[in-house]
Amino acid sequence: MKILVCISHVPDTTSKINFTDGDTKFDTNGVQFVINPNDEFGLTRAMWFKEKQGASVDVVNVGGSETEPTLRKALAIGADNAIRVNTEATDGFYVAKQLAKVVEDGGYDLVIAGRESIDYNGGMVPGMLAALTGANFVNTCIGLEIDGDTATATREIDGGKETSTTKLPLVVGGQKGLVEESDLRIPNMRGIMMARKKPLNVVEPVDSNAETKAVQFQKPAPKGDVTLVDPENVGQLVELLHNEAKVI
Amino acid sequence: MSVLVYTESEGGKFKKAAFEVASYAKEVAGMLGTTVTAVSVNGGDSSELGAYGVDKVLEVKEDKLTGFNAKAYASAIRQAAEKENASVVVVSSSADSKFLAPLVAVHLNAGYASNVVSLPESAAPFKVKRTAFTNKAFNITEISTDVKVIGLSNNAFGLKENSGAATAEGFEPSLSDADFGVTVTAVDKATDKVSIADAEIVVSGGRGLKGPENWGLIEELAGVLGAATACSKPVSDMGWRPHSEHVGQTGKPVASNLYIAVGVSGAIQHLAGINSSKVKVVINNDPEAPFFKAADYGIVGDAFEVVPKLIEKLKEFKANNA
Repeated sequence: MKILVCISHVPDTTSKINFTDGDTKFDTNGVQFVINPNDEFGLTRAMWFKEKQGASVDVVNVGGSETEPTLRKALAIGADNAIRVNTEATDGFYVAKQLAKVVEDGGYDLVIAGRESIDYNGGMVPGMLAALTGANFVNTCIGLEIDGDTATATREIDGGKETSTTKLPLVVGGQKGLVEESDLRIPNMRGIMMARKKPLNVVEPVDSNAETKAVQFQKPAPKGDVTLVDPENVGQLVELLHNEAKVI
Repeated sequence: MSVLVYTESEGGKFKKAAFEVASYAKEVAGMLGTTVTAVSVNGGDSSELGAYGVDKVLEVKEDKLTGFNAKAYASAIRQAAEKENASVVVVSSSADSKFLAPLVAVHLNAGYASNVVSLPESAAPFKVKRTAFTNKAFNITEISTDVKVIGLSNNAFGLKENSGAATAEGFEPSLSDADFGVTVTAVDKATDKVSIADAEIVVSGGRGLKGPENWGLIEELAGVLGAATACSKPVSDMGWRPHSEHVGQTGKPVASNLYIAVGVSGAIQHLAGINSSKVKVVINNDPEAPFFKAADYGIVGDAFEVVPKLIEKLKEFKANNA
């Protein structure tokens, strides 16, 4: 089985979010970049398939050379090859078109991408990639088993979960639940050393337009001070929620 | 030209989110000088949609679509959009709508903006405001394609009633075997509980609850308010509660009208996930907990003392305001 894991290069979850250039660009100054958490759950599940069932695992990112340390980290975790599509990841549709070319060239059976990146939260790349390549698709996937060319996938739905069966080739929008938080791997020294020697192929993008563009960023308005209610007088909270906030 | 809206239903009844996306679509149609067509799959009473501004309903009645199937539903919505010559397609932010929206967008060659929180800032160029960085920021996104797909954040726009009446007509999309490549074998859904996505009020518990055996407190508070229950990341990591209740950056986003956090300290990732909630209340015994900086109302106190009192006061309130 050939697996491709799509990796977004995103600010660490603890990052302070700021913008530059008249609020048109994300300020990367002092920001630590990591593998998108939703992708990392997928990568870890892919490693499980590799070790338990036999599979090759490639990782791909659409981005500039600054994303290579993130791809190297994925190699250190255990991926076999990395591919970087050398272009700026302007919008989800554009990224999906780039990935579709990689999927077609590589003949992958299973593609795992995070259900969304934690920076732009577009939530469209896995679905668009499936539609562009004609593969089956399961989103918000929290459990995945493969047997031959048949997959059993569990997805999170509003208020519960749903199990389905489908055939490969398959694209999965992954998230926590594909593996547990405690299953995530920190690369060891041997992994890091080996990752330096693994192939990281840079390919040029296919010609395509971005369909959307983030033209301006805004930060939420600063919040007013909290109104504290005396723990001996919780009735006041009920009154405030009813009369002032008007939410009950 | 028209604005097409996918109005979701469950068990033959429209969901509240269906009325919200219809309300939104009506105002977008007003900006563009056109009408609203809804596509309803085995849906509810179409006249209900008229009350929220829908002019026409394409009713799909199809046994094969009894259960949700993203690809087949996306195919039906795409065909409806083509039939109606739609320039904008509006869907909600439910798990199902987020599942099908990218498929619809590809087949209409449409730019797609998810998590949209307000009406377009302008129609030409078409610009919408959406949340990004898991609610730590907004971005204004310009969509440059002829057809646009908008995913509206739940509870972001609200319901706007309208005096119009909707006409209904049958619609039979052509579906192929390839649309049914994924077969659902089991659905496990608590029918007696409100889901986080649909909830107007969410009650959430953190490590301050000390153990899963104390979760009755959260459930009782949620029960009085008709709220969904949620939890912080450590609580789900320790297995006190299922992952599906984990709220935050790597969990679920919450965009409720009221969010009550009990014994949650307020890590940056948690606060990001709930930032879209309109009113936030925190109950925590540590006055230094970061949550107090993000909350509108707070009580510094022991959850095991405060919450039972709050439940009692809420019961009194409900009894007096029934």
